[in-house]
Amino acid sequence: MNLVNDLINVERKATREGFGEAMSLLGKKNKNVVVVTADLGESMKVDDFERENQNRFIQVGVAEQNLMGVSAGLALSGKIPFAVSYAVFNPGRNWDQLRVSVCYTNANVKIVGGHSGVTVGPDGATHQALEDIAITRVLPNLMVVVPCDFEQAKKATFAIASFKGPVYLRLTRPKTACITTATTPFELGKAQVLREGKDITIFACGSLVYEALLAAEEVRGEVDIEVINVHTIKPIDEETIIRSARKTGKVITLEDHQINGGLGGTVAEVLGEKNPTKMIRMGMKDCFGESGEPGELLAKYELDKNGVIKTIRKILND
Amino acid sequence: MVDLVDKAREIRVEIIKMLAKAESGHTAGALGIADFFACLYFGGLINFKKEEPYWEERDRVVLSCGHYAPVQYAALALAGFFPIEELGSLRKLGSRLQGHPVRQIKYFGNNDKQLPGIENTGGPLGQGVSVAVGMALASKMDKKKWSVVCVSSDAEQQEGQTWEAYQCAAKYGLGNLTFVIDRNEIQISGNLGEVMPIEPLKDKLTAFGLRVFEINGNNMVEIMEAFGKGKLFPGQPKAIILKTMAGKGVSFIEGNYRWHGRAPTSEEAEKALWELK
Repeated sequence: MNLVNDLINVERKATREGFGEAMSLLGKKNKNVVVVTADLGESMKVDDFERENQNRFIQVGVAEQNLMGVSAGLALSGKIPFAVSYAVFNPGRNWDQLRVSVCYTNANVKIVGGHSGVTVGPDGATHQALEDIAITRVLPNLMVVVPCDFEQAKKATFAIASFKGPVYLRLTRPKTACITTATTPFELGKAQVLREGKDITIFACGSLVYEALLAAEEVRGEVDIEVINVHTIKPIDEETIIRSARKTGKVITLEDHQINGGLGGTVAEVLGEKNPTKMIRMGMKDCFGESGEPGELLAKYELDKNGVIKTIRKILND
Repeated sequence: MVDLVDKAREIRVEIIKMLAKAESGHTAGALGIADFFACLYFGGLINFKKEEPYWEERDRVVLSCGHYAPVQYAALALAGFFPIEELGSLRKLGSRLQGHPVRQIKYFGNNDKQLPGIENTGGPLGQGVSVAVGMALASKMDKKKWSVVCVSSDAEQQEGQTWEAYQCAAKYGLGNLTFVIDRNEIQISGNLGEVMPIEPLKDKLTAFGLRVFEINGNNMVEIMEAFGKGKLFPGQPKAIILKTMAGKGVSFIEGNYRWHGRAPTSEEAEKALWELK
């Protein structure tokens, strides 16, 4: 998989930065790419795109319903619009517009939700999107993508621009560990076995993939963990999930999202129907977040390396 | 020369026939705005090719108040976009005439399930207004000649999204965009002024940066004139408020909000068709 060699001394960059770099390159490459934003261009890192493509940058102000509708209209006219805002608003506030104007219409809109998850940190729970995977993955025609780091966010941005149809791309605010490299493969819809193991499978997405890898390394010798990065939640890679669950017989899911309806829900649906497996879902346990530093919050809600190790022991001893 | 008055009558006849057959749907709004749809598709207000419905240079008609579908379906069929017999399939299983209009993009293979001439998926009010802004932005971005006409209802102005869209249209100086607002004064649960007043609508739209024309929407001369005057303001989006009579043309439907969301029975349809003859 061509990951970085040293998992401890990693470089840290935000997925939104990877997205911004990719958008700048896309702006030069594809004249149909348009960015539409609701007052959050700079923090979503599309300020380079704006400077370089003023005619293809639409600023709708703080008006997320219009953000989605305008994007649908652009897509129906042959453009490839990226509708860019924070995930709590987009798709949080404009879900009806996403459902009808975009998904039912199958309009080629790329919805980019930034600042997702509890790792938004100090802004607090109002701004921590913990439900966005759940509300997007139930919509027909919509693909849902959660890159695990900077490089993957970049690759995912190029991939969804080429893909014909609506896509939700989930990004995060803080600088997080870079674990993949420029040469790590990436294919939409194809989960990645980042580490092979035989005792327990951890299916993770987003920046918590790193915590899973750290935990797996720490318990090496005691228990052999397989870590799979499920960067595409929909369509879900059933084959890879079932194959691994059959091998290890014990499954943990890990995400910076509610345990209901997100990656954990998706994996539970697949396995419940096709290969019932002992399983623990890690994520926010049907509660809202709060203010704090990302690391403090991950520790409090037991979503960091230590939380994962605790869960590994739990599933082993159950 | 097409007789627009006669076309409007034909549209109304088809609306009554299809709704009676469907046994559900929205009657009053569709009847009230039939004169405008006659002008739109038969009076030369828009460029289109019926044999090539998604011709790139066509003007776009966005029906935001999707429950007005019967009037657009009737006008499109009479204009030759699809066989008139197909109107009888309204709201039936497998029909291209869904209860509310649907636009579905297919990226591969043919798209024969798409009803020709439909530009947007409409139903949840307010959504089409933003879609129309997006289309007009795309046309302007590419320096194209095609323009956009967006039809919405008066109660739709109660949706916050419409105002988000208007401020955006004004900011970008979308002179290629005309919002047509049907002011029939009724909505599903009562008279608009009682349910939620929207006055002063003309002043509000003006304050949002639109060039507003308020006309009798059942008078075709006024409709044609308003579109003509609109062309005098190429750098500004237009709003044309059509003051219409809900249910226009059928005495027992006219002005009665209870006809917002119901279809005529076969006896009522017979009476209505006799009045429209």
